[in-house]
Amino acid sequence: MQHLSIFPILIPLLCGALMLLPPFSKTLQRQRILSVIGTFALLISSAFLLHQVMMKGIHLYALGDWRPPFGIALVADPVSTLLVTLASFLGFAVMLYALNDHDKGGAYFHPLFMFQLMGINGAFLTGDIFNLFVFFEVLLIASYALLIHGGGKPRTQSALHYVILNLVGSSLFLFGLGIIYGTLGTLNMADLAVKVGTLQGENATLAKTGAALLLVVFGLKAAMLPMHFWLPRTYASASAPVAALFAIMTKVGIYSIFRVYVVIFGDHAGELANIATPWLWPLALLTITIGTIGVIASPGLKTLTANLVIVSSGSLLVCAAIHSEAATSAALYYLVHSTIASSALFLLADVIARQRGQAEDRFVRSRPFMQPKMIGFAFAFCALAMIGMPPLSGFIGKIMILQSAHTTAESAWVWPLILVSSLAALVAFSRAATTMFWRHNGNTSSDVNTAKPLEIIAIGLLLITLPLMVVFGGDITDYTQNAANYLHDFNASAYDLLPGATP
Amino acid sequence: MEGIYAFSVGLLTACGVFLTLRGRSFSVVVGLTLLSYAVNLFLFASGRLKLNAAAVLGRSEQYSDPLPQALVLTAIVIGFAMTAFVVILAMRARADLGNDHVDGQVPKPKTPILQKGNTSHKTGGGQ
Repeated sequence: MQHLSIFPILIPLLCGALMLLPPFSKTLQRQRILSVIGTFALLISSAFLLHQVMMKGIHLYALGDWRPPFGIALVADPVSTLLVTLASFLGFAVMLYALNDHDKGGAYFHPLFMFQLMGINGAFLTGDIFNLFVFFEVLLIASYALLIHGGGKPRTQSALHYVILNLVGSSLFLFGLGIIYGTLGTLNMADLAVKVGTLQGENATLAKTGAALLLVVFGLKAAMLPMHFWLPRTYASASAPVAALFAIMTKVGIYSIFRVYVVIFGDHAGELANIATPWLWPLALLTITIGTIGVIASPGLKTLTANLVIVSSGSLLVCAAIHSEAATSAALYYLVHSTIASSALFLLADVIARQRGQAEDRFVRSRPFMQPKMIGFAFAFCALAMIGMPPLSGFIGKIMILQSAHTTAESAWVWPLILVSSLAALVAFSRAATTMFWRHNGNTSSDVNTAKPLEIIAIGLLLITLPLMVVFGGDITDYTQNAANYLHDFNASAYDLLPGATP
Repeated sequence: MEGIYAFSVGLLTACGVFLTLRGRSFSVVVGLTLLSYAVNLFLFASGRLKLNAAAVLGRSEQYSDPLPQALVLTAIVIGFAMTAFVVILAMRARADLGNDHVDGQVPKPKTPILQKGNTSHKTGGGQ
């Protein structure tokens, strides 16, 4: 199966293209069937790829058989395959939810969803930094259109901000790439990592500027502090399946930060070694702070979840700033957990909003729920996971992050901030649950809008992985530790991907 | 040649950044377009500027790097598509929100503090 590592890009591409052609383009029903088959095939092939990478090690796929550093290479390594599997799983679960008439708001929901998955998977798998830009654009243009899916004033308004910000981000990305290509003469990430150590003098300063520009772009995607203002409004206004899928979009930025600033501008980069670390420390800590303030101030459940996404981004950036194997391993575990948990919470917020009439997801007194027990249980489950309370995976993820802070100075900054942000989440969730579940006004309404079986299955599928991540915690942390070792091992993550190059 | 080239890229970028920071969506779109022009020129220059050098081997004494040209083509295509999208989105926002401000609302004109009481009295009387 030598072509396995391109399947996560090809399957959504072909499904998306087929949906625009006659037998599928006319009826929604056929698009839905193809979507479910496509996302399921994607999930199976990514899981198989994960298994292959675990058994046989890294798989380097040279497109058109142009050997690296020439041409474009796809790299299926432990880090990228883990994230591809996560994206595919999320895509499948969210698609199940969307089938329940959430896809009727616009004409091209299914093809756009597929192209979005293609862009996300491509961004994870690619080993070429210009190709990373191209896949960023693929996932962005799909996300622009998905964001205004369903229409309405707030969506148009937040989409305008989101699109303009990301277009400026794309320009900066290209400026950064131009500088890096101009100084290093290559775009293959492994080759960049090998060559960056030889830079000296003015070329090193130029390359530093390019690297700093890239940090701005990835920070914009990852909602790092000065660039996070778009996130709460965008995520809160998007329709439920779109917001749930967007939960992995900030993680694409985080992944790029890890890939670029650990492998390329990492310990081996000579004059440019670890150039992002002095920036990442204050920005990561401030991101957690501003996210925590947002969590406390949120007037509704969707905004609350969006602010929690900012907090989790901040926690992951802290791991990138600590810059050690243990921290990267913690980041990978916490990344999987926080993506799934926040995605489930976005879907649940929609179910909650639909049952409360005019009040929607705002924390005000309203009519009681139609299915209080099920929704209440799911909400408590999500809340425990997001806060990081013991029985679920959030607890293990946060413990791993806290343990990875080794020096006293690191611990002195990281421990209080992460613990206080968890406390703030606990306060916010208790306040939300008290208002929404217990302080209802007793009026029942006739326009019953209960959660449909497919929606329950989709949310259940996401929620069941959280305890599973605890039960199989040992195996998963072994895997993430292995992946982190790979990322920090310069020989494995750079020289092994360049046939013929020797250290 | 390098001086003029660098000056043009810098000027385009400066104008692009200035226009992108404006409040109305039209100037922002124009600013984004200028930024993408600047980016294209900049990317082209990343392979070094050379005269009389073809990108194909054996056609001239010197050869120039073909990769930046491929990158610029990709960037042009993507930039063009994105500009088209943002133009449509700006028109949609104009229709949905009733004005062409990026924030979706017309900022209130600043009134001097002394006149504030006056104007509020007037509008109060009018209602």
